[in-house]
Amino acid sequence: MSAAFDRKPLVWAGVTLVAFALAVLPIALAAAFGQTWVRVVNLALLYVMLALGLNIVVGFAGLLDLGYIAFYAVGAYLYALLASPHFGVHLPFWVTLPLGFLVAAFFGVLLGAPTLKLRGDYLAIVTLGFGEIIRIFLNNLDAPVNITNGPQGINLVDPLKLGGFSFATRETILGVDFSGPQKYYYALLALTLAIIVLNVRLQDSRIGRAWEAIREDEIAARAMGINTRNIKLLAFAMGASFGGLAGGLFASIQGFISPESFNVLESIMVVSMVVLGGMGNIAGVILGAVLLTGLPEVIRFTVVPAQQALFGEVIVDPEAIRMLLFGLALILVMLMRPAGLWPATVRKREFAR
Amino acid sequence: MDTLLQQLINGITLGSIYALVALGYTMVYGIIGLINFAHGELVMVGALTALSVIKALTVAGLGLPPAAIMMAGLLVAMLLCMLLAYTMERVAYRPLRNAPRLAPLITAIGVSIVLQNIAMMFWGRSYFSFPGVISVTVYSVGGAAVTDLQILIVLLAAALMAGLLLIVHRTRLGLAMRATAENSSVASLMGVDANRVIVAAFLLGAALAAVAGLMVSAYYGIAHYYMGFMLGLKAFTAAVLGGIGNLAGAMLGGLLLGVIESLGAGYIGDLTGDVLGSNYQDVFAFFVLIIVLTIRPSGLLGERVSERA
Repeated sequence: MSAAFDRKPLVWAGVTLVAFALAVLPIALAAAFGQTWVRVVNLALLYVMLALGLNIVVGFAGLLDLGYIAFYAVGAYLYALLASPHFGVHLPFWVTLPLGFLVAAFFGVLLGAPTLKLRGDYLAIVTLGFGEIIRIFLNNLDAPVNITNGPQGINLVDPLKLGGFSFATRETILGVDFSGPQKYYYALLALTLAIIVLNVRLQDSRIGRAWEAIREDEIAARAMGINTRNIKLLAFAMGASFGGLAGGLFASIQGFISPESFNVLESIMVVSMVVLGGMGNIAGVILGAVLLTGLPEVIRFTVVPAQQALFGEVIVDPEAIRMLLFGLALILVMLMRPAGLWPATVRKREFAR
Repeated sequence: MDTLLQQLINGITLGSIYALVALGYTMVYGIIGLINFAHGELVMVGALTALSVIKALTVAGLGLPPAAIMMAGLLVAMLLCMLLAYTMERVAYRPLRNAPRLAPLITAIGVSIVLQNIAMMFWGRSYFSFPGVISVTVYSVGGAAVTDLQILIVLLAAALMAGLLLIVHRTRLGLAMRATAENSSVASLMGVDANRVIVAAFLLGAALAAVAGLMVSAYYGIAHYYMGFMLGLKAFTAAVLGGIGNLAGAMLGGLLLGVIESLGAGYIGDLTGDVLGSNYQDVFAFFVLIIVLTIRPSGLLGERVSERA
């Protein structure tokens, strides 16, 4: 009892330290390596949101979803259509982002409802097909009525704006110079933290325990009185809604979206983040998302100089090397830590058995 | 009428190729329950290798007959694909045999990315066109066009599938494969070497993938480093459609998917009054998949396995 009391100041010191580090991160990064890295961190935060959303479906409820990026696409397109010159509509973000959240949840149920009976890999392939269907529609809905503008995508999407305060422009606040990406970072960080808190609370809730029960044994869960249909649909809806929110933010930051950003490879990438980090463990999933977003960028910035140092010129296509190393890293990490880098305690137990 | 016949002919050709690739997925899945995501890349490696060998032999001007050149290309491609399949099984899948189910899926994705990028370094980003060793003759059947290449593809695929069924149902190796698929621990108690069986499944699948690679590049006249990904997904879809783990299911699923896609491409415009064009053909295929699985959750020929097996 007293030990717990004694540790409390230490915990708070740690929290303060992390909070401080997160607060100065974009400023320090920009000063040390340039604005590009602030953008990379923003991207990582978006992927953290996506991975946490997918973790609800895959990690908590144990339903393998290979078409998750479709919800990201739904959120992104909804935001872009309602806040760009494409239709001439410019709704504020506090309308478009929640709307994206809800519509994505609806699409989650739309995918979940017909697939309730499917198990394991059958579900995986149906979700993959669903993701492709959404992408193909986005790619082709420029005729007969131009809704999505087809493969060209949608340009000049509005940035996040709160009254006269735009997140996209550079300005000086309290004597500190903030660039657009740096301002976005704080918005993204706030939302990511909110999603993390929500996830932690969900995991420990009645619903979270119901998901875990379904993951471990669906029939036993039903025998315990869990309404497996509703609980599974809820997992799809909640997972999808976070994807939709992240999609809306993605559209606002990029200012441009096209169906290319939402292909199967992206879905697979998010699944890799969840599994590599440690399925079902929130901290592990965050780690996975940050690592898998950061790693290709780090390789991107080291491959060309390394080749120049070794051979005096760039011999091999840097893009190929980048992805090659990325693939090798996936293989090596999984071989060394089959349960993920930071597995959930339940999973650790299972694996020890 | 001739549109129907034409699309059927195209669909069956494409479907036999899907079926060959789907067999590779289904054999591995049936035995170790792994979606081998890298299987599509074997098709790509097979296609590009065969094309390179064929091109080299044609340029060398040894005066070999076209059939011999094609066979040589195919042989090299098959050997390379089998070597790759063996390596990936040993390095990336075997150590994870008893790991959590999704771990080997991620290594499979890793292998797929690695193979794709090695191919890109080796063959570049450009499209390879098929060397002009074969001349295609077009026959007219009931108002539709059939090429001798199409006939050859379908016949060869049928022969290979028959051969595979013979191996699986008539040899000791096939017996061991079926036993391991049924229950690997009991099979090992009966003296079946599970590792040997699994390697055999990978090798057979890889050989079929190489043939499919050559077929698809000859049929469309091109090959490139990215072709395996989508083809692999389609073939896997076909395997699931038929009931994954079931050989006949993979063949049926492959043929069906090919025909559905072709018919979809040919008729979707007419059906919807030209609102939706042929660029929706993939939607059509996936839509059919979702409907089939909603009605029969374990595929067309898949057994209804109870959950507590």
